[in-house]
Amino acid sequence: MSKMKLRVNGREHDIDVAPDTPLLYVLRDDLALNGAKFGCGLGQCGACTVMVGSEAAFSCLLPIGQIGDRQVTTVEGLGSAEHPGPVQRAFLEEQAAQCGYCIAGMIMRAQALLAANPAPDEATLRQHMAVNLCRCGTHMRILRAVRRAARDMKGGKPGGHA
Amino acid sequence: MNMARSTGALRWGSLLLLFVLACAALLVVSRRAAIDAAAAPAKSSFTPESVARGARLAAIGDCAGCHSGAVPLAGGVAMHTPFGIVYSTNITPDTATGIGAWTEAAFARAMRDGVARDGSHLYPAFPYDHFTRLTDADIHALYAWLMTRDAVSARAPANRLIFPLGFRPLLAGWKLLFLDRTPPAVNASQDVAYQRGAYLADALGHCGACHTPRNRLGAEERRHYLDGGEAEGWHATALNAASPSPQPWSEEQLAAYLRTGLAPNHAIAGGPMQVVVQNLAAAGDDDIHALAVYIHAMQSTAKPPAAASERRAQQPLASVAGSDAQWEAGRQVYAQACARCHDAGRETGSAGALQMPLAIANYLPDARNLIHIIRDGIHPPDNTPGRWMPAFGTTLTDAQLTALAAFLRHVAADAAPWPDLADAVKKTSAP
Repeated sequence: MSKMKLRVNGREHDIDVAPDTPLLYVLRDDLALNGAKFGCGLGQCGACTVMVGSEAAFSCLLPIGQIGDRQVTTVEGLGSAEHPGPVQRAFLEEQAAQCGYCIAGMIMRAQALLAANPAPDEATLRQHMAVNLCRCGTHMRILRAVRRAARDMKGGKPGGHA
Repeated sequence: MNMARSTGALRWGSLLLLFVLACAALLVVSRRAAIDAAAAPAKSSFTPESVARGARLAAIGDCAGCHSGAVPLAGGVAMHTPFGIVYSTNITPDTATGIGAWTEAAFARAMRDGVARDGSHLYPAFPYDHFTRLTDADIHALYAWLMTRDAVSARAPANRLIFPLGFRPLLAGWKLLFLDRTPPAVNASQDVAYQRGAYLADALGHCGACHTPRNRLGAEERRHYLDGGEAEGWHATALNAASPSPQPWSEEQLAAYLRTGLAPNHAIAGGPMQVVVQNLAAAGDDDIHALAVYIHAMQSTAKPPAAASERRAQQPLASVAGSDAQWEAGRQVYAQACARCHDAGRETGSAGALQMPLAIANYLPDARNLIHIIRDGIHPPDNTPGRWMPAFGTTLTDAQLTALAAFLRHVAADAAPWPDLADAVKKTSAP
């Protein structure tokens, strides 16, 4: 075990874990941030996707000891049920979730894309999102939600604190 | 002064005149006649045997590797060369945009001389420098197979080459210098399977297109046949006695690798080799065997430090403490992110991951392959089963990647540090 600091959604946490513990376990077990999900544990499905720095990353593959001073953003950091952020709201409006297990990861991957590229073309969008899987098969609705989020964010629709 | 200037001008003028004359001569010499368009031959005009034989040969020739993008054999795939982008062409039997109007003579001339039906020279991204040594029977079988595929209308985008290479008659000069019809030297005392393998590897499989180094004009250096080359930003390893493999290859392992992309506890196909292996799935067993026999024979004089690498593979690397900060940083990345699958004594759920002292990527002349694999993982091509390694590109920073690669080079391969490692890490980062 070793003591370290971890900055998530703008808050600093003191944690005491083995350095090879995956970030996902720390988020869920120590910080009770249960948005990111355990899917495969192998970086194959994307259910655990969070943002590390400005990039979408598989939190199941990232050992806590290698985070350094990079900041972590989870779906909880984009808004709340009362005040959803623009990407979250677009997912609600398009009813992109079926069972919902993949959705937090989908939202975080989309958030990383739109933060870097506010108007992605269709090929870029699909290539970027291809890494995350939805076993219910709502990929088409998810893509619609990301397109809507891009439009909303461009139009300056208010919401959330992202 | 004045005199000198006018002499200089005169000299430049005569040089220019010479250049223009040389170009004109090249134009005249390089002109090849068009072969008249013909109606696409009826599919029934080919025997099922030659079509099936052509299919097995095309698998080894890897036609689909370059000519299949979204649509099989319809071309349009961008090939990035040091001279610009060449787009592969449509080789389906469509008469307007493919090779439907090509007679067998026109097809054979393209394969042997690198000349299109209309008489224009083809770029050597199309490996006619190998196909030129194909037998008539094999060219016929390939023609039969191609002409019995579904015709697709698709026109490739225009090439984007550096000036003046868009001017195709220049290729006549390239061919004069580099289109060599003599096969590479082989060991004549070897058996039939070896001779067959040597022919397939050279004339059809064009292994040398990636595995032989090229000169500044993009031609393979025949003196360094299969000594190791380049493929799409990856190092293509030496296939001959210069092989850097930490373990010797058996014939069976080579055949398994060519057939499935996997030789357990030895190697897994990655990067541009994946599509080669994917296509080889349709090759004949006897031909895969022949290729394995040939490559195995070439490597029989290689001296891999097998005992040392096997000894290193038996000890957990995660605890090999180092002397400096960079080593310790790399060890920590390995211990925390890699060891749970790769370290001695650990096992993943479905299959053992390769132990790093046995992984050829750590022994290559440069770090690119190792970095590509860590960044992008190993994913079987779409819709095919296969082993998987996750991509660490967005979980590890460039500094962590650099430290990890340096650690593996030192501890797993026990080899001298790669020069310019940090630079290689930067160059392979996502655009």
